[in-house]
Amino acid sequence: MTPATDLPLKAEVKDLSFYYGNFQALKSLSMPVHEKKVTALIGPSGCGKSTFLRCFNRMHDLYPGNRYVGDIRLHPDNTNLLAKTVDPIEVRMRISMVFQKPNPFPKSIFENVAYGLRVRGERNRRLLEEKVEVALRNAALWDEAKDRLKDLAFNLSGGQQQRLCIARALATDPELLLFDEPTSALDPIATGSIEELMADLKSKVTILIVTHNMQQAARCSDYTAFMYLGELIEFGDTDRVFIKPSKKQTEDYITGRFG
Amino acid sequence: MAAAQPPLAAPLALGSIRALIARHKRWDFIFGVIGLLALMVGALTFAALFVDMAVQGIPRLKPEFFTNFPSRRAAEAGILSAWVGSTLVMLVTATVAVPLGVAAGVYLEEYARKNLVTDIIEINITNLAGVPSIVYGLLALGLFVYQFGFGQSILSAGLTLALLILPVVIVATREAIRSIPQAIREAAYALGATQWQAVRDHIVPYSSAGILTGVIIGMARAIGETAPIITIGALTFIAFLPPSPVTTTPPFFSLEWLTSPFTVMPIQMFNWTSRPEAAFQQNAAAAGFVLVLMTLAMNGLAIWLRYRLRKNIKW
Repeated sequence: MTPATDLPLKAEVKDLSFYYGNFQALKSLSMPVHEKKVTALIGPSGCGKSTFLRCFNRMHDLYPGNRYVGDIRLHPDNTNLLAKTVDPIEVRMRISMVFQKPNPFPKSIFENVAYGLRVRGERNRRLLEEKVEVALRNAALWDEAKDRLKDLAFNLSGGQQQRLCIARALATDPELLLFDEPTSALDPIATGSIEELMADLKSKVTILIVTHNMQQAARCSDYTAFMYLGELIEFGDTDRVFIKPSKKQTEDYITGRFG
Repeated sequence: MAAAQPPLAAPLALGSIRALIARHKRWDFIFGVIGLLALMVGALTFAALFVDMAVQGIPRLKPEFFTNFPSRRAAEAGILSAWVGSTLVMLVTATVAVPLGVAAGVYLEEYARKNLVTDIIEINITNLAGVPSIVYGLLALGLFVYQFGFGQSILSAGLTLALLILPVVIVATREAIRSIPQAIREAAYALGATQWQAVRDHIVPYSSAGILTGVIIGMARAIGETAPIITIGALTFIAFLPPSPVTTTPPFFSLEWLTSPFTVMPIQMFNWTSRPEAAFQQNAAAAGFVLVLMTLAMNGLAIWLRYRLRKNIKW
């Protein structure tokens, strides 16, 4: 599909197919990901949106029997993230992910955020403290956490834990941030604070978000992709997709005729 | 509407519902009583044996009992060489079994691919936990005592018991690692960690409580093992201590104690119960009491350590 506008691209998906063993979960997807914008993936359960998202940081490599076909090109260096010659660990160092259920480590708040930096070999205490503070500020958690950095992360509330996971993902200055239904396990107030956070973050980092909540996609994203049964049905400007969808399936889903 | 559906069965009359419930509740009660009796059989048997041994042995527990060597005179006999020997052997056992067991457990859980070969290895390891300990003794006699030439020493005994409890440590490690939620692993890998970094920074630290529990339970079993120790030739009348690990001349520590002859608590008890005099029977009871206390203390330590190490873990 041609890009919706001429804005710079952070990534391009070209004819991506994905197989769980013999089952084809993704069918030849092609899509642009615009730089410093929020792109939302919507669709009913089982349509493959999480599978698609997890291709970006090679999470499927952790489990045996999976196979990628096609390209995901990351710009500006045009690297194919799915190539067998590209190390998945290198991919994960450039692309961070926030999961559906908050999953902080059973360590202190500081150690959680600093872990990504430690993995990269950073040992300078001063530098770690600086970067942790920046990450916590960007995740709107600094004020609540600055006096309890040594406290256990599990003692935070659900919404705070998710913001901690976002800070952890941001600490390493990723080029692309993947959100896998980040608010589906949170109450409405926490959800609202995460959505506000995303609006602030998109000026700093490109965001790709999977959400089963259509209204969230309409509220928060610049571009929307609608998926169904492993295929990309429609992609475009969020306003355009929601007001004037060009495919009937998209219109049926958006108006709630099926879910 | 659609085709006629069969009528619902007539509801039970209130009286017969009550009789039904009463009948079922009677069976609740009966099963509760049976369960309690079964529990009592086990608990009371152990309590009776323990109390019998304690009553016979406690009068003998004077400080000299712990600082005397065994002697032909029952009143002067003590367990010094026995408990020192047990402690030193346990030290060797733990030093060998823990690194080997944890490394093997981590490898099987995190690195090995799930295929037929690893399945066979797994089955073999769990079976090893059930091999009679005397078989380990024979293996040790041939391998450690003669083949490697370690002789009838603390080193041989420690290695034998390490082999004995290795399956326990491996299984405990694997169970502890399995209880770590997949979400935590994914979080670590998503941040760019290599497998080694994930194991070192997350997998092993979070499973340390389970691993330690398995180690201490294994050691509590090993401390009472008699058959393999007899087979490799621990002597029953030792009136001396192994050379001290700490010396007065540089380099200030020595490993000579590893090659020294020795005895352990269960063997000392065995030696005393084989003698006809009643006084020696009392000594044996006292030693048995101390041995049970040592075992209970180790189990208590396992429980406390598990509580401390699991404080931060919420799964």
